[in-house]
Amino acid sequence: MAEAEESPGDPGTASPRPLFAGLSDISISQDIPVEGEITIPIRSRIREFDSSTLNESVHSTIMRDLKAVGKKFMHVLYPRKSNTLLRDWDLWGPLILCVTLALMLQRDSADSEKDGGPQFAEVFVIVWFGAVTITLNSKLLGGNISFFQSLCVLGYCILPLTVAMLICRLVLLAGPGPINFMVRLFVVIVMFAWSIVASTAFLADSQPPNRRALAVYPVFLFYFVISWMILTFTPQ
Amino acid sequence: MATTAAPAGGAQNGAGPEWGGFEENIQGGGSAVIDMENMDDTSGSSFEDMGELHQRLREEEVDADAAAAEEEDGEFLGMKGFKGQLSRQVADQMWQAGKRQASRAFSLYANIDILRPYFDVEPAQVRSRLLESMIPIKMVNFPQKIAGELYGPLMLVFTLVAILLHGMKTSDTIIREGTLMGTAIGTCFGYWLGVSSFIYFLAYLCNAQITMLQMLALLGYGLFGHCIVLFITYNIHLHALFYLFWLLVGGLSTMRMVAVLVSRTVGPTQRLLLCGTLAALHMLFLLYLHFAYHKVVEGILDTLEGPNIPPIQRVPRDIPAMLPAARLPTTMLNATAKAIAVTLQSH
Repeated sequence: MAEAEESPGDPGTASPRPLFAGLSDISISQDIPVEGEITIPIRSRIREFDSSTLNESVHSTIMRDLKAVGKKFMHVLYPRKSNTLLRDWDLWGPLILCVTLALMLQRDSADSEKDGGPQFAEVFVIVWFGAVTITLNSKLLGGNISFFQSLCVLGYCILPLTVAMLICRLVLLAGPGPINFMVRLFVVIVMFAWSIVASTAFLADSQPPNRRALAVYPVFLFYFVISWMILTFTPQ
Repeated sequence: MATTAAPAGGAQNGAGPEWGGFEENIQGGGSAVIDMENMDDTSGSSFEDMGELHQRLREEEVDADAAAAEEEDGEFLGMKGFKGQLSRQVADQMWQAGKRQASRAFSLYANIDILRPYFDVEPAQVRSRLLESMIPIKMVNFPQKIAGELYGPLMLVFTLVAILLHGMKTSDTIIREGTLMGTAIGTCFGYWLGVSSFIYFLAYLCNAQITMLQMLALLGYGLFGHCIVLFITYNIHLHALFYLFWLLVGGLSTMRMVAVLVSRTVGPTQRLLLCGTLAALHMLFLLYLHFAYHKVVEGILDTLEGPNIPPIQRVPRDIPAMLPAARLPTTMLNATAKAIAVTLQSH
């Protein structure tokens, strides 16, 4: 810019021949005035970015997170080979699902004689420690997925089983009986298979190809235990 | 260092002709070669050098502080550019320091790479090891090979937990002071880790050649037989079937472990002690798992349960189905059921 202002008509005479002087002859035409800022406004851009998420209303923050969670739910319900769950992982969805499942599964009173179901904390601990164990196992087998990505995928794939729990509770309102049990068994088996297919679709690519079975087996056990808790739940 | 360059040059010229080659290298290169002349000059006075270095650093610090003070003064005077820069630099430094500390702590405690070699298996290997755990090999003069991996044993323990849960649910076991899941996990992991440690300790006493990892792997694969037996007999409730499987499948997996240990121990007394203990614990564990979580016979417990049940956590119910109900109170084999009966009789 300094050269253009100083010597608009005669580039190269104001200073002794610099190394790339020849370029100035062909770069800027003399008729067109060169204007504009030469400094890159990084500072103002950063300040703008900071305030944009800080000053927005709580409603828009929550809606944005809920939309992200909902989009991932859709990906779980219609599992394709995509890495949306892996790319922007979050743990809101697994938390919501785990809390919902634990609330629906818990016993009515702590002192009941018949073992109707597990306590809230039990379900919570099973889900989270099971997911951590599976993640550690897949990392030790040589998978290249990060810890939280795996937790995110396993947590989101509990969605079909939560839906199964809702359906089971509704079916149980109709009263116990063998037909009741067959319906619940069918629903739980279908949702169990759905969970496994969904989680395999997301996790399979991160394992070396000859060890996929070794990584999928603990996922199978994990969802089996959760399905078993759902199937044998009897309300008091 | 620039002040010492001139006398160094003099010293260099005074050197003999054998140093001519080095001279050329040093003078021509510059940055890539260590400046030998400076180091030569400071031989024996490295303390002075370090002292000089520290002094320079301290001066720089003082300068930086002065500059910072000036910047702060400028802040007070209302020059906003300096203030933003300073606060951002401070925040940046704090972030870097915090990140460094956190990553150091994380890499120290969460280093799972220690376990990585024990999980280096292929599915075909796991399958063949599962099948081999049921086949005892009669070679006792040469130590038998044990695969030192942890994937198979860990998965077998988790499978046993799942099967146990299934059994507990179908038998409607009541856990008074605990939870179903906690009991299952505690039982299975407690057996695997506890008995492995105990047998390893005995092996140490009996001078057997086995490491802790090998013991864990051996016992873990020995649980495969338990998994099969329990899976079948929790669903088909025939006592004769269970005893047959207990002897056959349980016996096979115990014989395999015993053969491996015998091949690694010298001396008949030691072999007897070690293998007898392992065989007893292994077979009794299968017996315990079956009878502790057995299918309930409805109605019997309703008559037995009273307000003051003796302080036991579980109420196992094993009533041989072939006895008629009238003879049950007198012919009960289960010790805990006897205790309940005694308590009720005393009221």
